[in-house]
Amino acid sequence: MTIRRRTVHSGGLPLAVYEQGDPARPTVLLVHGYPDTHAVWDDVAADLAVDHHVVRYDVRGAGGSGVPAARDGYRLEHLGADLFAVADAVSPDDPVHVVAHDWGSIQSWEAVTEPGAHRRIASYTTVSGPSLDHIGHWIRHRMRRPTPRHLRQLLVQGVHSWYITAFQLPYLAPAVWRLFLARAWPTVLHRMEAVTPRPGHPQPTLGRDAVRGIELYRANFRPVLRSPRERPTEVPVQLITLERDRYVSTFLSEGLERWVPHLTRRTLDAGHWSALLEKGGTVARLVREHVTRVAAGHVQGPPVSGRLAVVTGGGSGIGRATALAFAEQGDRVVVCDLDLAAAERTAELCGLVGPRAHAIRVDVSDGEAVDAFARQVAAEHGVPDVVVNNAGIGHAGTFLQTTEKEWQRVLDVNLWGVIHGCRAFGALMVARGGGGHIVNLASAAAYLPAKSLAAYATSKAGVLMLSDCLRAELAPHGIGVSAICPGIVATNITSTTTFSGTDPDEQAAKRAKATKAYARRGFPPEKVAAEILRAVRTGKPVVPVTFEAKAARLLGRLSPALLRRLARLDIG
Amino acid sequence: MSFPYDEHDLARFRETQQLAYHCAEQVAAWIEPGVTERQATAKLRRCLERAGVQDYFHVPFAWFGDRTAFRHFHTPLQFFAGGRRLEEGMPYVLDCAPVVDGYTADIGYGGKVGENPVWDRLAADLKVYRELILAEVRARKPLNEVYAAVDAQLAVHGYDNRHRVYPGRVIGHRVTRTTARGPAGVTLFGFGVRTLQTLGRELIGERLHGRSPLWADGRSSRHAPTPGLWAVEPHIGFRDVGIKFEELLVVTDDDAFWLDDDLPHVRRWTLQEEAA
Ligand SMILES: NC(=O)c1ccc[n+]([C@@H]2O[C@H](COP(=O)([O-])OP(=O)(O)OC[C@H]3O[C@@H](n4cnc5c(N)ncnc54)[C@H](O)[C@@H]3O)[C@@H](O)[C@H]2O)c1
Repeated sequence: MTIRRRTVHSGGLPLAVYEQGDPARPTVLLVHGYPDTHAVWDDVAADLAVDHHVVRYDVRGAGGSGVPAARDGYRLEHLGADLFAVADAVSPDDPVHVVAHDWGSIQSWEAVTEPGAHRRIASYTTVSGPSLDHIGHWIRHRMRRPTPRHLRQLLVQGVHSWYITAFQLPYLAPAVWRLFLARAWPTVLHRMEAVTPRPGHPQPTLGRDAVRGIELYRANFRPVLRSPRERPTEVPVQLITLERDRYVSTFLSEGLERWVPHLTRRTLDAGHWSALLEKGGTVARLVREHVTRVAAGHVQGPPVSGRLAVVTGGGSGIGRATALAFAEQGDRVVVCDLDLAAAERTAELCGLVGPRAHAIRVDVSDGEAVDAFARQVAAEHGVPDVVVNNAGIGHAGTFLQTTEKEWQRVLDVNLWGVIHGCRAFGALMVARGGGGHIVNLASAAAYLPAKSLAAYATSKAGVLMLSDCLRAELAPHGIGVSAICPGIVATNITSTTTFSGTDPDEQAAKRAKATKAYARRGFPPEKVAAEILRAVRTGKPVVPVTFEAKAARLLGRLSPALLRRLARLDIG
Repeated sequence: MSFPYDEHDLARFRETQQLAYHCAEQVAAWIEPGVTERQATAKLRRCLERAGVQDYFHVPFAWFGDRTAFRHFHTPLQFFAGGRRLEEGMPYVLDCAPVVDGYTADIGYGGKVGENPVWDRLAADLKVYRELILAEVRARKPLNEVYAAVDAQLAVHGYDNRHRVYPGRVIGHRVTRTTARGPAGVTLFGFGVRTLQTLGRELIGERLHGRSPLWADGRSSRHAPTPGLWAVEPHIGFRDVGIKFEELLVVTDDDAFWLDDDLPHVRRWTLQEEAA
């Protein structure tokens, strides 16, 4: 496809502009970052040019464009003005769709958050480059509320931004680029992000571009971060978060909705440059989807995170609520259950609030069946990012009342079910090497002995300890393990709980009584689901959920003897 | 107590119910993004009064958006129509209870503007509840058990019981021919004064027989449905979307049936089945 070259003047500087595709089609304007030129977009542009008017330009100071005389010429206001100048030249009548990466994205935010920008910019897809003003507020917010989480975020992003500090120092960074980095760049990209070297990349002007581009950092970071402006925008924005970005942490976009009411979030399993240089086709697809959606009048897409979550026992209660919560945040979900109809219903509900979900009938107490399930999931949907071993059954009875058969059944489902799930999916996750999270449903009974729950509590204590051991083993693989201890939650479990030594009528009466008591407590499974999602986000190892679960855990630490005495009480 | 109405009475009740649904449909045809709940109830009221309605069992209600699922309802005052504006994609519920010559109807109408797949699913599933309630009542199950059966079905569907937000958690209540003499058209706490008189008398009268004119899940509903007319209003929700129907169920001495099948939601199900 031919690339048409033209020059657009902005603020006295010539900008090198490259056009391809049918100008009658919607215009997509691609803005590159540091230390790149328009060439970093080659794959994305070629793909989009099939059905779009694709325009790229070298930003000031890079490639074929003019070079500002002084540092001041690199300030954001000039960069934003350049973008509007190019947009006006190539698409005078219709607003353009902007797509930007790295520094290109930082400067495009300047244009996108300009008051009235929506008249010239129809949509914005941003990859790995936040608005400096938004980040300024992000930092302030965290300084003002220094919770451990906030402090950790500040620290992590601070460490990832080492180079920004280095860029502020005189001589050092330019010297490094000149002496060897420019020559070694293809090797660096290959080593760090597995980008395959290819002819024409990087651009021959890399050394020069990289040294001049340092001015971008020097001219803007300190002044903007020190006194950030309020910069909201009406433009529909698609944020593509790169899961393996070494420079821009995913949590930098937390709370972005404050500035961007029409925000669509997407995640891509890629690094800072490999996203464009190895997965250009995927980025082009996301851009095409966003442009099409905005053209159809939808300012926001359905949430799609790209993550995959598996939930066992997803046909009811906590499992169903958890599956729905994952779907709602855009995760693809596969649920399994003994009861296929119930699992299918969950999948259907998931599809109403998120991406399409799937249901499979599995008995988790059957190791071979769970292995087959894991293989099927991997083959049809990929290796999951999150696995929730939730399937479980209730059983009440003292140790001597409980028959061998009952013991076996409870342990088979509650303990072996979790073992099978961890084994089958844990192996897949380790082999993939992309990290992940395993959540196991234990119970407050795991640390709260009760004579009438001998088998159940034993099975759950096993789950708790199994989780502790597994966590240690999987940590080096970047896989987190959380054990959830809910407490009393109103679900169907009380209507299916079995009671040792009762006839059907007595059992029915006990079930009804328990159901009533749990309903009176009124703690909904949705709240447990929210805690499970939170555990996946934060990596919290053991999560007591309700007040009673927390209180029992505390009591067990303060006075184990008291808990042992309480265990003698007749309950149920 | 035996069934107190003849064919003529039933025809008059049916007419009032038709009239109410007809007005709801007119409002539904007119409603669009930007309209407030208060504007919708005003329109509903005008339509009803133009058709000859002089009194209300209760004032007309309209709920928009997540208010259809009674999310964040803390006080009964929140039931009253407010300033919430309809937006593209929002569900809404209209509820009105006109009285004509003492013949009362109490109806609920669910709708949406634009696309809303959650609403579509709920609206289709509502049919299950209409069939379930009728079957259970025909089997002469105690009202609290019917209530529990509805709850069990809700759990299977993965929905929430939203009728429990109504005062008294009621899924239904008895409707009689009001013969009270209080001032027509005057309302107190959203209920017609005549309603309150009638309801009060019923509450006391039925109490003496260990029954209740209110249908909920508690002890006082531990009896088979009393012959007469019941306004039944299963209100179901999922996330921020709620939907209900409300119509009169006729309970005779030995049988039960819905007073009328020629209603918007029933017609919608029939159309969907024909299309499928
Ligand atoms: N509800 C509570 O109060 C509570 C408290 C502590 C722990 N838990 C635990 O939480 C988990 C979920 O419980 P819930 O309350 O949602 O119960 P639930 O009965 O509502 O749901 C459990 C689901 O697991 C499925 N299941 C049962 N055995 C299975 C098997 N062998 N293979 C596949 N699926 C199977 C059931 O069909 C059901 O759909 C359980 O592990 C339970 O022990 C619940």
